[in-house]
Amino acid sequence: MPEISSYTVNFGPQHPAAHGVLRLVLEMDGEVVRRVDPHIGLLHRATEKLAETKPFNQSIGYMDRLDYVSMMCNEHAYVLAIEKLLGLEPPLRAQYIRVLFDELTRILNHLLWLGAHALDVGAMTVFLYCFAKREDLMDCYEAVSGTRMHATYYRPGGVYRDLPMQMPQHQPSPKRSQKDLERLNRSRQGSMLDYIEHFAVEFPHCIDEYETLLTDNRIWKQRLVDVAVVSPERALQLGFTGPMLRGAGIEWDLRKKQPYAVYDRLAFDIPVGTNGDCYDRYLVRVEEMRQSVRLIRQCVDWLRANPGPVMVADHKVAPPSREEMKDDMESLIHHFKLFTEGYCVPEGEVYAAVEAPKGEFGAYIVSDGANKPYRLKLRAPGFAHLAAMDEMSRGHMLADVVTIIGTMDIVFGEIDR
Amino acid sequence: MAVAVEQLAGHIEQVLGGRVSESQIYRGELTLVVKPVELMPVMRVLRANEAFRFDQLIDISGVDYAAYGQDEWITEQASATGFSRGVDGFTTGRLGLTGIYGVHEIKSNTGRRFAAVYHLLSVALNQRVRVRAFCEDDNFPMLDSVTSIWSCADWFEREAFDLFGIIFDGHPDLRRILTDYGFVGHPFRKDFPLIGNVEVRYDEDRRRVVYEPVSIAPRVLVPRVIRKDNRYADWVSEESRGDA
Repeated sequence: MPEISSYTVNFGPQHPAAHGVLRLVLEMDGEVVRRVDPHIGLLHRATEKLAETKPFNQSIGYMDRLDYVSMMCNEHAYVLAIEKLLGLEPPLRAQYIRVLFDELTRILNHLLWLGAHALDVGAMTVFLYCFAKREDLMDCYEAVSGTRMHATYYRPGGVYRDLPMQMPQHQPSPKRSQKDLERLNRSRQGSMLDYIEHFAVEFPHCIDEYETLLTDNRIWKQRLVDVAVVSPERALQLGFTGPMLRGAGIEWDLRKKQPYAVYDRLAFDIPVGTNGDCYDRYLVRVEEMRQSVRLIRQCVDWLRANPGPVMVADHKVAPPSREEMKDDMESLIHHFKLFTEGYCVPEGEVYAAVEAPKGEFGAYIVSDGANKPYRLKLRAPGFAHLAAMDEMSRGHMLADVVTIIGTMDIVFGEIDR
Repeated sequence: MAVAVEQLAGHIEQVLGGRVSESQIYRGELTLVVKPVELMPVMRVLRANEAFRFDQLIDISGVDYAAYGQDEWITEQASATGFSRGVDGFTTGRLGLTGIYGVHEIKSNTGRRFAAVYHLLSVALNQRVRVRAFCEDDNFPMLDSVTSIWSCADWFEREAFDLFGIIFDGHPDLRRILTDYGFVGHPFRKDFPLIGNVEVRYDEDRRRVVYEPVSIAPRVLVPRVIRKDNRYADWVSEESRGDA
């Protein structure tokens, strides 16, 4: 009788470690993975096709729903592409606000990644710590845009509105004691910038806390060190970007190499790994959080000292204020045209990319001069990373597959689009 | 940056010369158009040549140019239908181009309908380039696969095949990737309706999921309008003056 040497295991799409709706068909030899065939597309919503049927501004909300843990970074790429087509330069203050929120988003993303990764590998505590801290950042989102996740805050020509002068506070409730209320509102006494500054002072200690739980933890290292090693050459071949590329030892960060917004005016460092394994990618991302705090501090200082407009005054692209609109016929017409038809952009094609928390997130727009994009292609970093799943898992144990999914930081909103 | 792009364009012109049929700089981005037969040789040179070193393939995007430059603001029946002229009835918006609602016929076999657009990045030299290749046959769009040059082309090409039906010759495993198992058609083509052709629901009687023709009515909220804006004409010419 012939000996059966390999068998097939189906992993997901309903699996807690599948990070959404990933389905893997694993070809196993005992407990060793021989081949992986990821089946994706279960969350495909045809965002790009939907965008073709809507005026430019109406698709900003869709961008939040791509990579739904780094919302504003996606918006940033899309908005940059439109601005490039229009030849529009947003006010400096808007650019600082964008950088501030990009970095808050990076922390938001890395906290979810760290929590979920640790949970997958078996450390429950970190998950709870990370999610508690994410709430503070979600509150920042809510304070500027009114929503905790899908902000639609960046607009072509700037940002929707300036940072609030008063950080919203928790209200008294019969379910909450006076003492709790005071504790919760302690950091919310001043403006939003005060709140963020308070966060920036406090957060490095939180990172230390996560690191004491993980960095030298024996189990954590056993699960991560020397798992899924990617050489720099392969990382380039496989289209890796972001922490995946830096973890492999290549110093590449769009914020430094092809700066957008005001990154060229700010001081920060790029962490780079040496071994290209899961542990290095963990260290890179943790250090990125520290660098983000550094960037946030600089932005807060600048924003405090430099008030000003946060949106261009060109009413062909940005709507006039309510006051103007009620007062002035021309503003009324601008308002009406902008919200019923949108604006037409010049004919041409552009690609704009940002360093999203997961890697290079790009928007490629082909325009034929209409008020809607002719074709919008979104370059999601996770798509290229997941494509390397097969190569990274071959020869590893079944349990390592979960570690590898974790280290790639995949989110299906952006992969399936 | 602008200087660097022009230098790169000059270099490519020197090295690749006649192999590139079009080269254009727009908003500081260089776009090359190559014939399908030249795609592989050009890509190999772009990857290997010391002056280019495009070691990363960032993205492959399929594009369907069938409806390029067409708008939905149809004015022939304006007096009869008033405000609704762009919004319902005979528009391309949600039903695609052909069929009962289609107003624009797809021209037969132009050889300029389907294109694959490659975005390349050189990490070593910090430069980008965009390469576009049109498929020669609209009815059977086909290009050579670049998976032998960049491994990550695998999934990008599968995506372009799935969504646009572009066949990549030499691809090791050209399957659908984003659409459902057993999906019919290529959804990002301009003649594929936005609302799709079939919808699924659970059937109580048959106790399984069934596929049925779509039941919702197509609707366009904002018609597609093309306006030639004088402001853009001004500063586009300014930009070209500035470059010269």
